Amino acid sequence: MAKITFITKDKEEITVEGTSGSVMELAVKNNVKGIDGDCGGVCSCATCHVQVDAGHTDKTGVASEIESDMLELDDDANEFSRLCCQLQVTEAMDGVVLNVVK
Amino acid sequence: MEHQTETQKKVKTSEFPDPFEQARIERGYGDIDDQNDPVTMLLRLKDVRKTAHNWKTFISGATPGRIVVPSEVAIRDIRQIPFEVDPPEHKDYRNLVEPWFKRPLEEEYTAKMTKIIEELVDEVIAKDDIEVVSDFSLKLQSRCLTLLLNIPYEEAETWIGWGVHVFRSEESSTDADKANILFDYLDEQIDRAAENPSDDLYSLLLSSEVNGKKMTKEEVKGVMILTFAGGRDTVINAVTNSLAYFAEHPKSLERLRQEPEIVGKAVEELVRYFSPLTHMGRVVTEDTKVCEHAIKNDSRVSMCWASANRDSAAFENPNEVVLDRKINPHVAFGFSHHNCLGATHARQILKVLINTLANKVGSIEIKNYKENIEEWGEFNRKVGFDNITMNIKGK
Repeated sequence: MAKITFITKDKEEITVEGTSGSVMELAVKNNVKGIDGDCGGVCSCATCHVQVDAGHTDKTGVASEIESDMLELDDDANEFSRLCCQLQVTEAMDGVVLNVVK
Repeated sequence: MEHQTETQKKVKTSEFPDPFEQARIERGYGDIDDQNDPVTMLLRLKDVRKTAHNWKTFISGATPGRIVVPSEVAIRDIRQIPFEVDPPEHKDYRNLVEPWFKRPLEEEYTAKMTKIIEELVDEVIAKDDIEVVSDFSLKLQSRCLTLLLNIPYEEAETWIGWGVHVFRSEESSTDADKANILFDYLDEQIDRAAENPSDDLYSLLLSSEVNGKKMTKEEVKGVMILTFAGGRDTVINAVTNSLAYFAEHPKSLERLRQEPEIVGKAVEELVRYFSPLTHMGRVVTEDTKVCEHAIKNDSRVSMCWASANRDSAAFENPNEVVLDRKINPHVAFGFSHHNCLGATHARQILKVLINTLANKVGSIEIKNYKENIEEWGEFNRKVGFDNITMNIKGK
């Protein structure tokens, strides 16, 4: 079981729990504002953009080349940016804080 | 090509070859002439994405109709909105229509769509051979469009009567008479909604303000032309081609019945593979370069979604349908600011269709067909079928 906290653009904090699947799916299931996941999680739409809170990046690892290519063209992307459809919910993710970009 | 030839028998009916591969690898672009206004087609995924994103150098807010390939400059002067508007104004229009076009995610909407599609599938199962484009896909697209506009179901009969294309006819790829049928119809509908507002899309637009100004009837018409034209032959091709695919891959349909959780991935993959819209243009605002190729100011480029979606730099086995492809960064719905407004509706149509076929259909047999081949300079692209007769049997 991993607890994941989303901070939305209007500063609302939402902590949710999950055991499997992608972080995007978990966010959509819990109606986290700003996470649309239009493509269902195949790294095609970039509507699940989050920025990992500094200090938590060791929990999420780094983006793949295809994910980086998508993020490269996002005006709001920075070094902490990830597409959360590419983050799997695992024990290792427990406690991670993600800032929703949109 | 009404009947299958020896060569066609070797290639499956549902196989859609990639005509761009060699040019994509060797040059990265192709040059085509379109009504004396040439277009440089960009073929690589990264170039296509970067071009779509760079709205300052590659604009959409050009002469109405010019960014479309084939150009529609000769048949309309009304600007399609928000499609032919650039940032920052684009955002205001997009923000206005976006929530409406996300309604297909609502349960009630999906339930209504499921009813429409189930009824239609039952209808074709009860018949013998059917011509899928006109007897299935056109009806499905038209009937589902009543949901998107939130107007009475019966209105679909009018659009079914128009045939598959709103701008195209057998004789011409841009048919002004045919376009005028749509334009006159929209004028009537807008006037009707102005007099008697209801909870349909026309009325919403007529009562909306963008940038502190009330939407004009012409602006409303611009949004509606886009809604009608953008989702017409694209959805019809996606539906027809998916049926052809399942006819020749019955195990895939069985798998989707057993693993309904992969339907979302299957939709993305079918849309990538078929890429119902071949490409979309932009007008260049300064001398520039893409993949070392010089592109002149005030000329046109197109972003070839169909080619980008087979780019082996991003897709393993790009010419195969991998139903549960996990990483699928396709651009079949476009990319960046102008990505397809109707994508949510289109995705929902395909999801509901696949679920319904998986639950109700036992076998699909293709009887005969005529391929729809688009010619773009040196490239001949199969985009779908002009007609295709199938026998669809229930479980």
